[in-house]
Amino acid sequence: MSNTFDVIILGGGPAGYVCAIRCAQLGLSTAVVEREKLGGVCVNVGCIPSKALLHAAYVANLVRHDAKTLGVTVGEPTLDFGVAVKHSRKVADQNSKGVGFLMKKHKVTVIQGEGTVQQGRKVKVGGETYTATKGLVLATGTRVKGIPQIGLELDGERIISTNEALFLDEAPESVAIIGAGAVGCEFADMLNAFGTKVTLVEILPHILPLEDDEAADALAKSFKKRKIEMLVSAKVKGAKVGDEGVTLEIEAGDGTKSITVEQVLIGAGRQLNTDGSGLAEAGITLTKQGFVEVDAQLRTSADRVYAIGDIAGPPMLAHKGSREGVFVAELIAGKTPHPIRYDNIPSVTYCHPEVASVGLTEAQCKEQDLDYVVGRFPFSANGRARASLETEGFVKIIRDKRYGEILGAHIVASHASELIHELVVARENEYTVEEVDLAVHAHPTLSEAVAEAALDSLGRVIHI
Amino acid sequence: MVTKVLMEALSPTMEEGKLLTWLKQEGDEVTAGDVLAEVETDKAVMELQARGAGVLRRILAADGATVAVGSIVGIIADPDEEIPDLPTAGAPKEKPAAAPKQPAEPAAAPDAAPTSPPSPQPEVPAPAGGRVKASPLARRMASERGLDLSRVAGSGPGGRIVKRDVEGTEAAAPTAAGAYEDVELSQLRKTIAKRLVQSLGPIPHFFLTTEIDMERAADAREALNALGDGPKISFNDIVMKVVAAALRQHRACNAWWLDGKIRYFEDVHLSMAVAIPDGLITPVIRHADRKSLREIATEARQLAERARERKLTPEEYTGGTFSVSNLGMFDIEHFTAVINPPEAGIVAVGSIVERPVVADGELEVRKRMRLTMSCDHRVIDGATGAQFLQTVKRMLENPLALVW
Repeated sequence: MSNTFDVIILGGGPAGYVCAIRCAQLGLSTAVVEREKLGGVCVNVGCIPSKALLHAAYVANLVRHDAKTLGVTVGEPTLDFGVAVKHSRKVADQNSKGVGFLMKKHKVTVIQGEGTVQQGRKVKVGGETYTATKGLVLATGTRVKGIPQIGLELDGERIISTNEALFLDEAPESVAIIGAGAVGCEFADMLNAFGTKVTLVEILPHILPLEDDEAADALAKSFKKRKIEMLVSAKVKGAKVGDEGVTLEIEAGDGTKSITVEQVLIGAGRQLNTDGSGLAEAGITLTKQGFVEVDAQLRTSADRVYAIGDIAGPPMLAHKGSREGVFVAELIAGKTPHPIRYDNIPSVTYCHPEVASVGLTEAQCKEQDLDYVVGRFPFSANGRARASLETEGFVKIIRDKRYGEILGAHIVASHASELIHELVVARENEYTVEEVDLAVHAHPTLSEAVAEAALDSLGRVIHI
Repeated sequence: MVTKVLMEALSPTMEEGKLLTWLKQEGDEVTAGDVLAEVETDKAVMELQARGAGVLRRILAADGATVAVGSIVGIIADPDEEIPDLPTAGAPKEKPAAAPKQPAEPAAAPDAAPTSPPSPQPEVPAPAGGRVKASPLARRMASERGLDLSRVAGSGPGGRIVKRDVEGTEAAAPTAAGAYEDVELSQLRKTIAKRLVQSLGPIPHFFLTTEIDMERAADAREALNALGDGPKISFNDIVMKVVAAALRQHRACNAWWLDGKIRYFEDVHLSMAVAIPDGLITPVIRHADRKSLREIATEARQLAERARERKLTPEEYTGGTFSVSNLGMFDIEHFTAVINPPEAGIVAVGSIVERPVVADGELEVRKRMRLTMSCDHRVIDGATGAQFLQTVKRMLENPLALVW
């Protein structure tokens, strides 16, 4: 086997493997270097298994609360987190194998091992050195990390990361989750459904601090109903690990309080994998924040070396990485790919209800002094949502007052993750709220609420 | 100089032409007036003539090709000159929409052309089928700004015109200007427009000059300023007030030339040319016809100040319906201004000078001012412009007309 390829990609996660497939489609000989499992964090210890567990949480709550109303009486459910984890592992493994199959199908060489970058687009894996003639793509992603500054060094027992949480045999009696972003909220949702007493600790004034305040508030309201405790504007000052569990000193608002929990789950912050792969030696510079420094074409400071995915900068989302992978593949193949619209990347939190958004929040519109109008439609007025007892949430569309441009969209709903894309497509093609309304929406669907919110922004909402 | 060879409208009703035979080949030297090719129109076989001299560098439509009027079929340029890379004009089966003309940029006029900040008119690739691809948002913005999308180069996928392209042309893209009436172009108007464009750049200007006696206006100004209870009123304020009032009576001059139609406005929004350190900008006094002289003076001063501080918002420098440019303060007695599209007219105001004139058979020294109006001939005909200017002259010579 030759050790020379057109393109070598370091990292087989959603950015790297998608890049590899696109390279292969474009006729480039391609290799992917992966030290663990194909599919990366997303497939193995991230997006995919957590969705399996969240679905289990959904079913638990369905049986517990709504089944009876629907005429299905099954009694108090027996919950076994370990079984749910088993299902999630099966799904993750299937997906990882699926990536392997795709690599084979596209004749992408997979090199198993830890790669070290060397000058001149060379990658050393074990005793072998591989050379990329046309492009070397860095897609090494991130890994979990603790917060040792406040005594929260990961130990895998009491102080755990998502890597451990996704493999628990049983749900802990109590847990404090540090960070109420998408990851923190998803674990709060799933563990709560499996009977864990959850305390979410967020340093900023809202849970889901990157989302629109209204959306975050709607989820907070739902969490509160389920007795998930939320400490916002709360700072962990110290942590002590004892026999009984972990005692946290938390400064929140008016004073300091101390809570003791069985486990602490770190749901915030990830370590960029920019260390230990020889980047500095290969002449690749990093930004102040530690990301690999790239230009608008994702080129690093070294000749024909590109960076994609989490290490290339925020937002750290799988779908952003995948798109960057396609972009770079086309660039290397000599095409002129359409620039990535970083302002039109949707973000989703898969709680119940789900929270999905694209574009600006209302607070950002205010900050930028934009002239805007908000349209809203609550799912409590949507027939389909009522039929399935999923009336929590709303669609909120923020449009430019003058031209109707969709500045931002925020959806809280049982299937917000699926609903948001209509508005992503609209924004990508510069449809205004009028075009969203003009497209006929099937009845009865949750999507009708999207059209109604667009109409509401025009002052013509029908069903409220 | 690069001269584009366009498929010309060789008959008034012609929308496309069939290029029968090129009589010149790539590399041939040509002079203006040379017959380049034979073209079959809807009525007859006609000759396509060179409009410039040089070498026929590129032939973009093959013998036998049918191309829309206005499409670029060839390029004449100096032997070594860099020429734009243009696609070949096809032989579209479907009827193409009238393709946009994109004659060379008008030569930078030496006078105070009140073109608002840099108004990039990107080189338009010859649209193969004449179809304009644009996003709904871009269409909406363009229509509200009176922008002709066929003149905008698209930067989106496949050359699609997207928001940023329309934003880029914001300068030349006035915002909505209130109530108006769109009048579809008659065949005659269309033909006149086409002909004139061919003869004189994208906007067929013509100029009307009148000399105005400013004695009474000067007296009125002095009296008003002597009251000392308001802003100082300048001659330019008076001219703007009068122009606005006259436009109210001559709607035909208060109009925009848009693609395929003329938009006549009910309200007068006056663009005033203001020199700023690195160029020129035309802030707009909205509803100037409904404002008092004092209000105009105050607003003009504030806008000029904000313009020089570069603090104008797009709303403040777009949407004008007619322009006034004044170089009197530089002792320019007479000049012609370049029209600020899509507006159809502009008056260039010269300095007030004492001149010997014959009045009632007597030689007298009087304050006189020359006013020159530039008209877009596609919108304003000679007599139309002249009548408007006559009203302006009468009002300035008898400022009491403003009161009655």
